[in-house]
Amino acid sequence: MRIACPFCGPRENSEFSYLGDAKPKRPGPDAGEDAVYEYVYLRDNVAGEMAELWYHGGGCRAWLQVRRNTVTHEILSVEPAAGAGAASVTP
Amino acid sequence: MSAADQTQRLAKGGLIDRSKPLGFSFDGKSFAGYHGDTLASALVANGVRLVGRSFKYHRPRGILTAGSEEPNALVELRTGARREPNTRATTIELYDGLVAASQNRWPSLDFDILSVNQLASPILVAGFYYKTFMWPAKLWEALYEPLIRRAAGLGRAATQSDPDHYEKAWAHCDVLVVGGGPTGLAAALAAGRAGARVILCEEEPTLGGRLLSDGGTIDGLPATDWIAQAADELSAMLDVRIMTRTTLTGAYDHGTHAALERVNDHLPVPPEHQPRQRLWRIVAKRTVVAAGALERPIVFGGNDVPGIMLASAVRTYINRYAATPAKRLALFTNNDDGWKTVDAAIAAGLTVAGVVDARQEASADQRALASKHGFAVLNGVVDHVDGGRKGIGSIEVALAGGARATLEADGLAVSGGWNPSVGLTSQHRGRPKWRDDIAAFVPDGAPPGMSAAGAANGAFLLTDCLREGHSAGAAAAADLGFGGSVGAAPSSDDAPASSLTPLWHVAGKKKAFVDFQNDVTASDIALAAREGFQSVEHLKRYTTLGMATDQGKSSNLQGLAIMAELTGRSIPQTGTTIYRPPYVPVAIGALAGHHRDENFHSVRLTPSHHWAAERGAVFVDTGLWKRAQWYPIKGEKDWLESVTREVKAVRGGVGFCDVSTLGKIDVHGPNAGTFLDRVYINTFSTLAVGKARYGLMLREDGMVYDDGTTSRLAEDHYFLTTTTAKAGLVMQHLEFCRQVLFPELDVQLTSVSDQWAQFSIAGPRTRDLLCEIVDPGEDLSNEGFPFMAAREVLLRGGLKARLFRISFSGEMAFEISVPARFGDALARNMMIAGEQFGVTPYGTEALGVMRVEKGHVAGPELNGMTTAADLGLGKMMSTKKDFIGRVMAGREALVAADRQVVVGIKPVDKARRLRSGAHVIRKGEIPGPDTDGGYVTSVCFSPMLGQWIGLGLVSRGRERIGEIASAHDPLRGEDYEIELCHPVFYDPEGGRQRG
Repeated sequence: MRIACPFCGPRENSEFSYLGDAKPKRPGPDAGEDAVYEYVYLRDNVAGEMAELWYHGGGCRAWLQVRRNTVTHEILSVEPAAGAGAASVTP
Repeated sequence: MSAADQTQRLAKGGLIDRSKPLGFSFDGKSFAGYHGDTLASALVANGVRLVGRSFKYHRPRGILTAGSEEPNALVELRTGARREPNTRATTIELYDGLVAASQNRWPSLDFDILSVNQLASPILVAGFYYKTFMWPAKLWEALYEPLIRRAAGLGRAATQSDPDHYEKAWAHCDVLVVGGGPTGLAAALAAGRAGARVILCEEEPTLGGRLLSDGGTIDGLPATDWIAQAADELSAMLDVRIMTRTTLTGAYDHGTHAALERVNDHLPVPPEHQPRQRLWRIVAKRTVVAAGALERPIVFGGNDVPGIMLASAVRTYINRYAATPAKRLALFTNNDDGWKTVDAAIAAGLTVAGVVDARQEASADQRALASKHGFAVLNGVVDHVDGGRKGIGSIEVALAGGARATLEADGLAVSGGWNPSVGLTSQHRGRPKWRDDIAAFVPDGAPPGMSAAGAANGAFLLTDCLREGHSAGAAAAADLGFGGSVGAAPSSDDAPASSLTPLWHVAGKKKAFVDFQNDVTASDIALAAREGFQSVEHLKRYTTLGMATDQGKSSNLQGLAIMAELTGRSIPQTGTTIYRPPYVPVAIGALAGHHRDENFHSVRLTPSHHWAAERGAVFVDTGLWKRAQWYPIKGEKDWLESVTREVKAVRGGVGFCDVSTLGKIDVHGPNAGTFLDRVYINTFSTLAVGKARYGLMLREDGMVYDDGTTSRLAEDHYFLTTTTAKAGLVMQHLEFCRQVLFPELDVQLTSVSDQWAQFSIAGPRTRDLLCEIVDPGEDLSNEGFPFMAAREVLLRGGLKARLFRISFSGEMAFEISVPARFGDALARNMMIAGEQFGVTPYGTEALGVMRVEKGHVAGPELNGMTTAADLGLGKMMSTKKDFIGRVMAGREALVAADRQVVVGIKPVDKARRLRSGAHVIRKGEIPGPDTDGGYVTSVCFSPMLGQWIGLGLVSRGRERIGEIASAHDPLRGEDYEIELCHPVFYDPEGGRQRG
């Protein structure tokens, strides 16, 4: 697989490490144990398009949010993952 | 041996170089051949028919094909350390002195004792592994497996280490063309002319593909001239690279391909500094598969008798290699293309014994040819062939009207039609599509950017190949925006239309082989159908059809056609199995490349490594690092003596140890303190500038992740250290926190692990040594540089260093950092400056001993299953802030009272050695899973206490200090009494490190 790092250009997948689902957001300090449990342990196992977090450790050290089809490996978009897992601001 | 012995060599013609005779040996017999031969063609030229014994039944086998799809002619190539088993004679380029041997026979190829397996064939049918050896299971290892292994096998691998080397390389291009036949050349020409960067991979040593065997006229030129012209034009293009002897083995995601280049397989020994093979990863934006097609055999009784060969292979041997596989040749065909072999045989002066054509009517031209050359055209099928190791006895023909006929011949050419090479295009699970008109599968569902052209796409006429290749190459280039003029497609007018009537299988009583390499017969397919293994994937596993090293290139389709017939389905309904890489066998050596032996992984050396090596240090692998484990001196009898001396020298004087392997991260920015507060369980924002603090990180699930000392060098600058093992992972984790979780914090991370050489200097005389190193203007007194202080200092000579008053050993100690390039000099200088104080370098063992004496936790305790409280560090967890792991660390099971926590452990018998891994059992209880109360994690011989001591994780350990328990060590068969104690064995008040 090749991932087009927005900072370094298209690179081989051995330069990257995989974390997984980009959907979970780290709950705020007062969210409670159930919310944190869900954040830490519960993941969707998607066959198809999903947003994932990848780390370009063999390059610029950017965390990237990669939209990828887990069946075909087609990569739909790659962007910096800035704030992708940040706590949702509760009003 | 002389060139004259080549009894089956034509006097002229072919593409061999008769001016370069070569000698070689096969099964100990000497032969001659020519430059340009393959081992197979040279054997053919020497009249050698019998080249191997089959896998299961040890049937005598000859050469079937002339290419990499060969199922029969597998040999052991070379001898000694370079012996390579299962090498296809059809792909081995002949060189002078080549040595090859047949496989799977004993004592000799001519007389093979295990050919009695043929008598046992009723029990060796499909699924025999599953059925025959179901019970008793005990006998499997003792009897069946060794027996089967000896009886059924391929060649022997070399027993010595491979002396050659292999390498890996990358290549990038716009258009990758797979195959250098007419289609591939036309494609490469078009794409290259358009201006695209092109790589053309050709499996053989020369370009041309089938043109080399079948000739033809292209753009008015004889085929070989046109090939030369095309090659010249391509070579003149700067952005075109032609790679011969290179097989494309796999198509991976996003245009990545694997290709195996046999750089020096055609030489006895690779030239110095050159690899034998090179594994390429080729990244291409577009791929044109021009991999051609493979002729398929027809399944009939005795179809494996030596002397029976594919019709196209017969032409290759005659036309390309001027070697005649027979003197009197018969043809069995179901199509017009097979008839080309008759033309070739006649041109070479062979006698044609007859043609068996399964179609209803031969053409007028064919009938005229037969009458001119006096051979019969029989409308029917070959019922069976009698013969054996000496070759074909007779060919029994079943005529269409029901009558029988016999042909006498020493060679039988067989053509069942052609299969486009759909392997590459199907590797992403694209299912090939059935075409009735050619009775073959053609590519469909190829990976994005890949297209097939020419014979690989089902276009078998030369002019169609040229046209398709040209347009595929042009389209790929245009797609990428290259607008150069591609010129006209090459064309050929010698394109007779070929008709074909599908014929897969002639039913009969004799053994009829579908898969030659795995000895799968038509009756095995029938058995699988009867027993319900009708799905192609089941058929494959049950019969092993297509599971040999040739991956069924010459057998799969006949297998499924027979299954389709038996189950009343069509071939496309029956379907194909999944195609997977590699397309041809790839040596493990090529996949490993240079990553073997000492280069299996990269090695990291500490800044003082060479100095330590000069002193005779013993090194230990710590991840990729080589670390000095201890520094033996003359007369010491074992490691324990050296380590004990080092510990005593530190505790009694001064020593130093290279700790540069620790991960080091500079944390900069106005929010650096806040950031560290969130990743550590304790607080760093309140740390004063010029101070260091021990920090502990958790994973988000509440378990301890890593520890280390972090210092504040400026208001907005912290220097963080990690353990050696987690250096890279902590960096990744911190970047995750910074980028993904806390983007609002203004903080930057820089890995400086390799930038700083860091030494721990420890012992009561540390300050004396430091005064010799550090500029006299620096105040190193207890007041000027108290415990846990950290700041930049000037060294004598003007070098700036960072100095940290931290202690892992429990002694008065500092850690000093200098730019990595000065690490070696610092070590040497400390030895000179410290000589007067008896300075002693110490290694990781002594470091470990002192940390156990002080009860500090390390890797064995930070095992990913312990909490901060388990380690006795629960009080460090701040309750005033959120941090990674805080919430999960509070879960019921993680704060349970009976958790296993760190304690000290001493054997009651002071003379006894304590071993890590021993289980801790309450006294009087019977050891078992229910009574297991923890285990010993770290041990050492303590020079200060004069006995073995250790740390352990023990359930309710802190409540049990002073208890006598049992150590149960079933691995070593030991049971002994231990005392649970406070984990700090030495200087529990900590006075020494503050002094």
